[in-house]
Amino acid sequence: MSTSAILEVKGLRVEFPTRRGTLVAVDGVSFSIAPGEVLGVVGESGAGKSLTGTAIIGLLEPPGRIAAGEILLEGERIDRLDHDRMRRIRGRRIGAIFQDPLTSLNPLYTVGEQLVETIRTHLEVDALGGRARALALLREVGIPAPEARIDHYPHQFSGGMRQRVVIALALCAEPRLIIADEPTTALDVSIQAQIIQLLKRLARERGTAVMLITHDMGVIAETADRVAVMYAGRIVEIGPVREVIRAARHPYTSGLMGSIPKIGAGAGKHRAQLVQIEGSMPRLNAVPAGCAFHPRCEKCFERCKRERPEPRPVGTNLTACWLYDEQRTAQA
Amino acid sequence: MTNNALLRLKDIGRDFDVSRPWLNRVIEGAPRQLLHAVDDVSFEVRRGETLALVGESGCGKSTLARLIVGLYAPSRGRIEFDGVEISNPAAHVATARMRRRMQMIFQDPYASLNPRWRVRDIVAEPIRVLGLASDEAEIAARVAELLDQVGLAAEDGEKYPHEFSGGQRQRISIARALSGRPEFLVCDEPTSALDVSVQAQILNLMSELQARLGLTYLFISHNLAVVSHVADRIGVMYLGRLVEIADAQELFARPRHPYTRMLLDAVPDLEMSGRQRTPVAGEVPNPLAPPPGCAFHPRCPHANERCRTEKPQLIWRGEPASACHAVEENRI
Repeated sequence: MSTSAILEVKGLRVEFPTRRGTLVAVDGVSFSIAPGEVLGVVGESGAGKSLTGTAIIGLLEPPGRIAAGEILLEGERIDRLDHDRMRRIRGRRIGAIFQDPLTSLNPLYTVGEQLVETIRTHLEVDALGGRARALALLREVGIPAPEARIDHYPHQFSGGMRQRVVIALALCAEPRLIIADEPTTALDVSIQAQIIQLLKRLARERGTAVMLITHDMGVIAETADRVAVMYAGRIVEIGPVREVIRAARHPYTSGLMGSIPKIGAGAGKHRAQLVQIEGSMPRLNAVPAGCAFHPRCEKCFERCKRERPEPRPVGTNLTACWLYDEQRTAQA
Repeated sequence: MTNNALLRLKDIGRDFDVSRPWLNRVIEGAPRQLLHAVDDVSFEVRRGETLALVGESGCGKSTLARLIVGLYAPSRGRIEFDGVEISNPAAHVATARMRRRMQMIFQDPYASLNPRWRVRDIVAEPIRVLGLASDEAEIAARVAELLDQVGLAAEDGEKYPHEFSGGQRQRISIARALSGRPEFLVCDEPTSALDVSVQAQILNLMSELQARLGLTYLFISHNLAVVSHVADRIGVMYLGRLVEIADAQELFARPRHPYTRMLLDAVPDLEMSGRQRTPVAGEVPNPLAPPPGCAFHPRCPHANERCRTEKPQLIWRGEPASACHAVEENRI
């Protein structure tokens, strides 16, 4: 991993102590994001992708806690910081965009007031300067007639426009890293495409690192440079987006890709059956021993049931699967 | 129209009164306000096929589903099932007899199952209500058969809904819908609350059941890719009106209405073919104040003067049919 990475996560482990024992929600997760790069984190509900994001911005709800690992922002450890210092980093150096634009905005203040407040919290500007910057931000995220819209309340905006305002809020202090958790899930397809374009453009122009968390492979394919696939709290595969989508190495990734309905796969009478992965993701209190995916895996063999695989290089990707280890030993 | 139609809608409309309360109207002189959720919709569903309705939020597709199963009464128009009118409140006996032959599957498997009932009682309810069997042993045998049919075990009948995952709950909903031995199922976004791998399981199950039991589906979804996997014919809705209806293959190969083209363009490119997408502009207008003329004209690249003033009608000269002046005049 290069030293110039904006975000570096090493062996992150998030635990929830409960009366019936400790649940491990995120385990051994490592990745890094370079300037201007969009890393997609994809997985089904309960895979731990949102928790990974929450842990990075330091908003884990107790009793959840980071039990092991390091989080480095521009080379500086941020996982052990106290509440106050973390709050100064949040918003200033890390921006966050959440799924539901309505709950991310305060309904009692105008969009302008919220933007100016955020700008003045983090940057040394007066009220006028803050307003000018707020206007510039609204223009940048593509809100028509920002001079009029800046004094409107969130309910006067449509869903897509609201999400643009949330993005503007996240950009207020020019953060180096943006964590976007399902930013397009609450939006209609036509609006979704617009927001994806916007995120992509901002990352490229400003050199911001973006961690894009979503369950939607389509969004990842359109936006991300690299993608990490998560299953039961672990990264099972990580690599360039093209490689992961077109030539998935891990059986879970290829199953996941096959189960996505695609247009043009033959509609009407000629349609094909979707590939299906039997069963469902294990609950946190019943993660199987060995590879967590083995009970659902068609290619499972003895070793998968006993030993847990770590991500290892397979071609351009890192893949946590014994299948490739066996092949390597067979070749050697 | 063919005489193979199981369900036929003729000029169906449904308004909702969203006026201010009576006292406000008297004091403030506020006018009565009607929301045309569905307007002027005509189509038919043929025996044994799947007709899918697609559109973005607020296009009226769910209202239409509720009109068909009788959860709402239409404000205008006529619905026929197997040649018998079911939209006339005066003929409620005939309507009730017809309604026994249809069932509905809802979007949210968490909200549509009673948490205090055991699964066997949930699945047996239609059998008891419709008087299909009275002998308890017979009902138990039928419930076991139904659970088996949807891929659950007979013992699962003893459990409560909270013991199941989302996908399994949707299987229970399907078993409940099938227990009344319907010919026609209205499925309102049956997979949009599910993860992709589970969605694939449910979609495959639904097409299997259709083939085995000779069911007819009305499938409502916002996801064109899902629809391309299940539908024989597709209707596209925009702001309460049907704008295009065509054979599924035809619709994907040669979309006619500019809105259909826009929807297809907005689907993320999973194949990573580098296909150039026309950027989508604008958002769905406020349904309380729809634009005059064609409701799509403010977002349409082909709109001219006629589109701004005259409402296009969906003309039935067989399918494909679309409600667009530009298509009619061969401008696109």
